[in-house]
Amino acid sequence: MIKAILIFNNHGKPRLIRFYQYFAEDMQQQIIRETFHLVSKRDDNVCNFLEGGSLIGGSDYKLIYRHYATLYFVFCVDSSESELGILDLIQKMYEKVCLSLQVFVETLDKCFENVCELDLIFHMDKVHYILQEVVMGGMVLETNMNEIVAQVELQNRMEKSEGGLSAAPARAVSAVKNMNLPEIPRNINIGDINIKVPSLSPF
Amino acid sequence: MSDVVEKTLTALPSLLSLDSQSGAGKLSSTSKLGGLIRSITELTSKHEEEKLINRELAAIKEQVSSPNTSMRQMKEIMVRAIYCEMLGYEASFSYIHAIKLAQQGSAIEKRVGYLAVSLFLNESHDLLLLLVNTVLKDLQSTNLIEVCMALTVVSQLFPKDMIPAILPLVEEKLTNPKEIIRRKAVLALHKFYLIAPNQVQHIHSKFRKALCDKDPGVMTASLHIYLQLIKENPDSYKDLTGSFVAILRQVVGGKLPVDFNYHNVPAPWLQIQLLRILSLLGKDDQSTSELMYEVLDESLRRAEMNHNITYAILYECVKAIYTIYPKSELLEKAAKCIGNFVVSPKINLKYLGLKALTYVVQQDASLALQHQMTIIECLDHSDSIIKRETLEVLFRITNVKNVAVIVEKMLDFLKNVFMEPDILFLLYVGCFPLLSDTYSPNNEWFIQTMNVVFSLGGELMHPDIPNNFLRLLAQGFGSEEEEQQQLRVFAVDSYLTLLESDTAHLPQRFLQVISWALGEFSYLKDGLEPCKVTKLLAKLLDERNVTSESRSWILSAMAKLSAGPGAAALALQVSERYSSSLDTVLRQQALELLHLSQDPELHARVLPHGAAWDSFEVDSSLSFLDSFVSEALSQGAAPYKAPHQRQEELRQEKALSLEPYSISLPVSLSSCSITDRQSPTLLSMSSSLSGNSNELKAGTLKLEGVKRVWGKEGYLHQQDAVEEAAQVEEAATPALPLSPQQGGAESQQTHGDLTVVEQEKQKLASSLFVGLGSQNSTFLMGKSDSTSQQFRRKTRAADSTSSGVSERSSSSSHSSCSDFLHNNLLEDSQNSLNTQKIGVSNGTHEGPVTQSFQTTSKETSPFLDAGMVLVQPCSPQTELRDFVQPGSSGITQTSLRSQFPPELSQLPHSDISLLSSDHSLSLSACRAYRDDALLFVIILSNLKCCGSIFETFSTLIQVASLRGNALENLPAHSMSVCWYALLMEEPHTQVTVAGSVSYRAVPGHTQTLQFTDKLFLTDFIRPLTLSTEEYGKLWLSFSQDVRQNLKLIQGEGDPLRATLSALKEQLQLHIVDIIGSEGIVACRLLPDSPCLLHCRIHGGSLAVWLRSPLLSLPDCLLYYCQKTLEEC
Repeated sequence: MIKAILIFNNHGKPRLIRFYQYFAEDMQQQIIRETFHLVSKRDDNVCNFLEGGSLIGGSDYKLIYRHYATLYFVFCVDSSESELGILDLIQKMYEKVCLSLQVFVETLDKCFENVCELDLIFHMDKVHYILQEVVMGGMVLETNMNEIVAQVELQNRMEKSEGGLSAAPARAVSAVKNMNLPEIPRNINIGDINIKVPSLSPF
Repeated sequence: MSDVVEKTLTALPSLLSLDSQSGAGKLSSTSKLGGLIRSITELTSKHEEEKLINRELAAIKEQVSSPNTSMRQMKEIMVRAIYCEMLGYEASFSYIHAIKLAQQGSAIEKRVGYLAVSLFLNESHDLLLLLVNTVLKDLQSTNLIEVCMALTVVSQLFPKDMIPAILPLVEEKLTNPKEIIRRKAVLALHKFYLIAPNQVQHIHSKFRKALCDKDPGVMTASLHIYLQLIKENPDSYKDLTGSFVAILRQVVGGKLPVDFNYHNVPAPWLQIQLLRILSLLGKDDQSTSELMYEVLDESLRRAEMNHNITYAILYECVKAIYTIYPKSELLEKAAKCIGNFVVSPKINLKYLGLKALTYVVQQDASLALQHQMTIIECLDHSDSIIKRETLEVLFRITNVKNVAVIVEKMLDFLKNVFMEPDILFLLYVGCFPLLSDTYSPNNEWFIQTMNVVFSLGGELMHPDIPNNFLRLLAQGFGSEEEEQQQLRVFAVDSYLTLLESDTAHLPQRFLQVISWALGEFSYLKDGLEPCKVTKLLAKLLDERNVTSESRSWILSAMAKLSAGPGAAALALQVSERYSSSLDTVLRQQALELLHLSQDPELHARVLPHGAAWDSFEVDSSLSFLDSFVSEALSQGAAPYKAPHQRQEELRQEKALSLEPYSISLPVSLSSCSITDRQSPTLLSMSSSLSGNSNELKAGTLKLEGVKRVWGKEGYLHQQDAVEEAAQVEEAATPALPLSPQQGGAESQQTHGDLTVVEQEKQKLASSLFVGLGSQNSTFLMGKSDSTSQQFRRKTRAADSTSSGVSERSSSSSHSSCSDFLHNNLLEDSQNSLNTQKIGVSNGTHEGPVTQSFQTTSKETSPFLDAGMVLVQPCSPQTELRDFVQPGSSGITQTSLRSQFPPELSQLPHSDISLLSSDHSLSLSACRAYRDDALLFVIILSNLKCCGSIFETFSTLIQVASLRGNALENLPAHSMSVCWYALLMEEPHTQVTVAGSVSYRAVPGHTQTLQFTDKLFLTDFIRPLTLSTEEYGKLWLSFSQDVRQNLKLIQGEGDPLRATLSALKEQLQLHIVDIIGSEGIVACRLLPDSPCLLHCRIHGGSLAVWLRSPLLSLPDCLLYYCQKTLEEC
């Protein structure tokens, strides 16, 4: 099981924190500090697994991390998780996050090797949603890859239509709200969706 | 932080411009959060950050409480609050607003609200209850997104008590046409299962449906539940093995949609999950394992591409192959895989390869031999994690020949990284003595190694290590006296050299060891003046960094040495200085030193040289003080009271607590007496105290495969196994003198020309893997060891289950048995003499068959052990032959029941079922329901025409543990009945009883028959007869209640009455009263835990409230209520 997902920068500033096991607030901060301390002094050419932290679960847990530019992505897992599996999950998640942030920030720069640290904090909530789809309650989910992207896409559109509420009338909102989600993965063309739904929830 | 700032500055303009493009709402959101982030990144100190965040939080607080704040603004505020919380600043005032947002916002705001709730709150938070209604509403919504959000939050956190409220809705979602909803519903159920397994027991069939779902996503989600279920109880799900294998085969074969591919690998995480499930199912089970060989083979074959994720699958595959019942062909392939991992240039793979190697090497040490060169290289790896894994591998292949090299490597490792206060390293220090004296090549080496360990380990070392070491010094390895003396002399020598050099860096514990050893053994060394040693010790005493505990050790060492001529003067000097010390212990010791040094006669009497430890008599009752005490008492002194007694009295008088004193007293006592002459016994006491913790540690140390030489009593030098193993080792070596070099020689040939460095490595390799190379000893160590080890592990597991047994239940079952026993005794008293005689004749004769036939006709003594179990042999006149058809288990129920003793046959009981049998013995069981206990009756029948059966019964159950007794001579074709009175301490829906019967059909050859059976909660439920008033009182005395809706039985007459009587019938409940549409029912769980049910017709169903002092009892009982009513 995954106990926690921590994303912090090269200075140990937390950028995204998600715990799947309850820890008190100050304990969480302590864990972040310890993890940063352990991870930050490792070179880039050593292995991505780390044992020996003491705060979460003792000897039964290990840290699996990846370092991208200014960010560390650290997963704290117990011994039942596959090390390489998690390592690739981080990669997968990272790609997802980058992709969605790109979509969101609308940068056309296709190289997502350099996801900007600031993009991540500005859209913290969106990154959390992606995380929810990849890891649920500490369990890795094997999901249809396109689905996640589609969901993010959907969010973006939802956001925009709500943001431009004054300009675009309730039509667009109802379109989003009654959207048929599972069909989207295979057909991301949202414009096609039927919007003639009589029951509109009042705004 | 400069680069961050830089980035901020460059990024912000673009962000702002972006915002202006996309609507007004978004602009305000990002700019405020952006402003916050920007100002935080500009700060330089933690203090400033704190100030800023506090200001921000105050602003947020003001905004959230303002009634004018719109939901959209609230959403943006929440994100800021999340950010502040992430940085570690509490924003608890916003929690309630997060819930409000989830409740009232539109879809997108709701989403933020739910996210904030799931980040802020934990499962036991009170506010979570407020969320339940929102979740309920959203689950019923027609909007897909709202349902999804609700299910997501449910699978993240949900209050346990409120599960029944939303369970039907979630269940209903399992049949939703949208796969995303089905998937999320399955995950929500998984969450429920984790927090309250009893509440979802009735929907197990739906889990199966989810497993067969046509959508792979839903199926994958259900695997999480199955992994959990199988982990807890693999036996119940063996039937699913075929399905899992089929799924895996389809996944591997690429039958999934392409969307599930990751780097061209079909659903890798799904594969990993399946492999893990299979390995759990196939563990120790040949027939199940056979089903999976093929698919495992295919997985291995398919996963040969070179991407990380395929390696992950491979690794999982290898692990599965080594976990399930072995198949040599697969093992070979798996070993090759591990080889590829280990030699891989990718460091992550190397790590995994080494991990796999530690796992495998216990079963087959020769695998390590194949990779010896790689292992050597890994030892010098720059990554300390890799190094540590390598050491773990080495640690497991340690034997008498390579121990020196391995320990040297470990010490090197410790020297380099010990600066980190890391637990694991500590453990390594803990392992050393284990290694050292199991395989220690010679004394000199041992002392030197221990010196390094002590000086490296320092204060962090486990206190057992010095204690055990001293004990070892005092008592020796159990080897020759001469060798022992040599060891001591060598220790003294090395310590003297150490003391002569700089002592400032030596840890305190090491100093204590040194001073004790010098005090005890320096007389052994010829030509060593005690004066010289005393001088060194005195010098040590004056060092500033020496603690007073160490000083006390040093002083007592000096006391031992003070007899010599030169030493007296020095002792005088020292004692003068310390007799005015502030530390009372030191002062006392200084005075003792003074006396002893001046009175050589007394010294010789109190501290004789080299006296045997046990020859020393101690008057523990202090009788020599009697006259002093009586004199003092007669003069009016208060009688002595023990410290705890005094404290008790003080507490009663409500005086000040003197706790600090009571603590310091024993400490000072032990510290002064421990350095005394009797220290070995005291030390052993302390080591036996810490023995448990040592064992616990050993568990986490992964020490399987390492011979245990340190037990509770310290060093177990009599342990036969160790000696035997050592003998085998020794015997094997001279026979194959060349073999150690073989490994090295082989690799030399293959490598052809070698550089000097490589040659060195080769040398190191041959010294490390020596002993593994010789085929004989390898397999002796490897294979035979692993089997016996498995066996041992199993028994340990069994022990651990039995340790959960309660005193109460065993004692009460004891008492319930004892009156039976008593009766029986009376009945059989006239025969008892007879029996004894027979017992004697049996013992001398080794019981030939014919005789046992005769003797059993008179055998009457039914119990031999502890009185726990009542074993009643059936009367010898009953011939089983009439009922038994040879070769079949066709023992009819009636025939078995006729065997029941009268007191059992009157009780209501279940059908008799066959538990297990082999060619000579058959076991049947039946449950009889006595008012005060469940009787688990076991009927043993001897199917063979001859043979005496000697039974040692050990039943290990969660509810009660009973160790059985010996029943001698169960004659052919006869039966014997024994029964156990069981109680349930912790409510469980079902518990498994496991046990074994050992018997000897042929003298000297013991066979064991294993059996298991399941007991259900209902077996332990009895009606509780109460009046309505009593019920009312009892109801009010419990607070917590559980509510559940049950099915009503619709038939003629009153549905309430019909339902309740059905429950009464099946579950042994007592119906207290039925008034109109309400009914009250009571029952108790043996021995005396009541559970009260209050039923009421509500709509078309029966609403039941349950109250019980045992929290889990209502859940378990409900499960059976549901089951009963479903079946009706």
